[in-house]
Amino acid sequence: MTEKVLEVDAVTLQFGGLTALDDVSFDINEGEILALIGPNGAGKTTCFNVTTGVYRPTKGTVRFQGKSLTGMKRHQITRLGIARTFQNIRLFRAMTALENVMVGGDTRHGTGVLSALFGLPQHRREEQEGYDRAMELLRFMGLEKRADELASNLSYGDQRRLEIARAMATGPQLLCLDEPAAGFNPAEKQALMELIRKVRDRGYTVLLIEHDMRLVMGVADRIVVLEFGRKIAEGLPEQIRNDPAVIAAYLGTDEDAS
Amino acid sequence: MKSLGIGARVETLPKWTKIVFFVLLALFCYALPVLQLPLITTPDVDFGGVLFTVALYVLIALGLNIVVGYAGLLDLGYVGFYAVGAYSVAVLTTEHGSVPYLWTIPVAVGLAMLSGVLLGAPTLRVRGDYLAIVTLGFGEIIRLTAVNLDWLGGARGISNVPGPPDICKVTEGDVCRQPLFEIPHLDWSTGTPLVDLNHQTGFLDFGVLDLVPYYWFALTIVILVLIADRRIKDSRVGRAWEATREDEDAAELMGVPTFRFKLLAFAMGAFVGGLAGALFAGNSSFVSPLSFLLLYSILFVAAVVVGGQGNRWGAVVGGIVVAYLPERFRSFQDWRVMIFGVALMLLAVYRPQGLLPPRRRKRAAQAEREDQATHTPTTIEGAT
Repeated sequence: MTEKVLEVDAVTLQFGGLTALDDVSFDINEGEILALIGPNGAGKTTCFNVTTGVYRPTKGTVRFQGKSLTGMKRHQITRLGIARTFQNIRLFRAMTALENVMVGGDTRHGTGVLSALFGLPQHRREEQEGYDRAMELLRFMGLEKRADELASNLSYGDQRRLEIARAMATGPQLLCLDEPAAGFNPAEKQALMELIRKVRDRGYTVLLIEHDMRLVMGVADRIVVLEFGRKIAEGLPEQIRNDPAVIAAYLGTDEDAS
Repeated sequence: MKSLGIGARVETLPKWTKIVFFVLLALFCYALPVLQLPLITTPDVDFGGVLFTVALYVLIALGLNIVVGYAGLLDLGYVGFYAVGAYSVAVLTTEHGSVPYLWTIPVAVGLAMLSGVLLGAPTLRVRGDYLAIVTLGFGEIIRLTAVNLDWLGGARGISNVPGPPDICKVTEGDVCRQPLFEIPHLDWSTGTPLVDLNHQTGFLDFGVLDLVPYYWFALTIVILVLIADRRIKDSRVGRAWEATREDEDAAELMGVPTFRFKLLAFAMGAFVGGLAGALFAGNSSFVSPLSFLLLYSILFVAAVVVGGQGNRWGAVVGGIVVAYLPERFRSFQDWRVMIFGVALMLLAVYRPQGLLPPRRRKRAAQAEREDQATHTPTTIEGAT
């Protein structure tokens, strides 16, 4: 029996008259890579924003490890164990790569002004811990040589990888990656998917948004397909590949063609 | 090949060399008023007084730098905290009590912090331009309250505020007759430095005529604040401030309780502002609403921006520029404000990031050097 990390339960989200998500339900099991796919504008990122607390669902609930996220602040949700990256990169540009990752790690730290001021043991220990952990994550992402570069000076691909490292530093159970391979060439995309598999092997559960179908097939354990804010299919990659509704959503139906 | 600036060079020095460097720098700063170096010493005004004002502005710039530079919150009412600090001292020592000066400083600082939290709690929920407008209003409210409350001396202000206690060998009443020892100044009028026994500064005699001891007192506080600033900035707190400044939403989603850290930045800024106000009151012995005009808030922001927001040494340089230059060129009288304005404009055009913008850390500079070393093949290697 696998443990459910996240349960999205009949979530509806409306912006005024526009229904962005319509009665969407799915679960994420521990240790799996769940891909959320769908054509542009299907509501993938919106769905993502609901799970990370940026938006509050109009109806329905999101539960993380059995605990409802309703009414929780965004930083509390992160502390609970959900971390994310952004589709359009949002690093702390004037900070170094190392500092970016350390900010993520500070989620688990509790020192304040006084312990920093007087260099208390707790502060020193946490600084050292945070530094070691950040360097370890940078090494894992292949960024250790760039540790002291400003985030804004990194190459596009390095920035994407740095975002993943920063999210991992918060110590999440669930890592949400919003189109981490956007703007990559096919070879880079392939390399990134390898990396995501390695991330999962370290014990993280991954929710992945990607609209490149072929890419997702190779990496995801299960796939949820959205179209116009509704879930149209859910299942193993092979099932999704042959699902007529999915094919119609991606390639258009005969009526569309005529 | 890019050459490193002075700051970057200092950063790459070994630790003990660095400590020696800063100790020498501090000693030089302490010695400035008695050295009376030509060119630096102001010709028309008392140099000790000018140095005190400079130290005061440096302190204010350091405090405001926490709010504007680190946390990225534009505060146009910083003079309000300065006023709270100054009035707390004045009220407690003179108007409504006779608490010794030094005891009023913690109270002044505490009240300034409290006003920072009271202002921040409702207003830090708004962002950017709105925050600037609200803080602008705060500064004016404090000043207008002082003008209209007789309890605070009204428009005529509060006079006879005492300063720090003298540390003295022989005292007569409040006046120090014989200080612990006297430090002679140097006289450069002949071109070579001569010891000038006619001008001596009594050590820790906080009198009316010689302001040098006040400068030493202020400088000591500046140094302590610099050390505290460095320790806090290089911790989780400093990183949280910077992350909030860079991208508030992303910071929040990375687990930073941004509101709490913004409030903390406000409180820390107010702490330093209140401290500066208390120093000011003790030195000038007179506090009135005219010392807390909106103009000063703008001047303080100018100091931080001129120096380079987000870098403590930038704030130091900014404070020096804003406080020292107008005094040094006092002989130009009516022109000096205009010259100052033109200088600010030129700076905005040619160096918008400030004189000393924040730099990457020590190891970044080191990496750069290593890169240069490995990328520049030496002739020996080339020959073999």
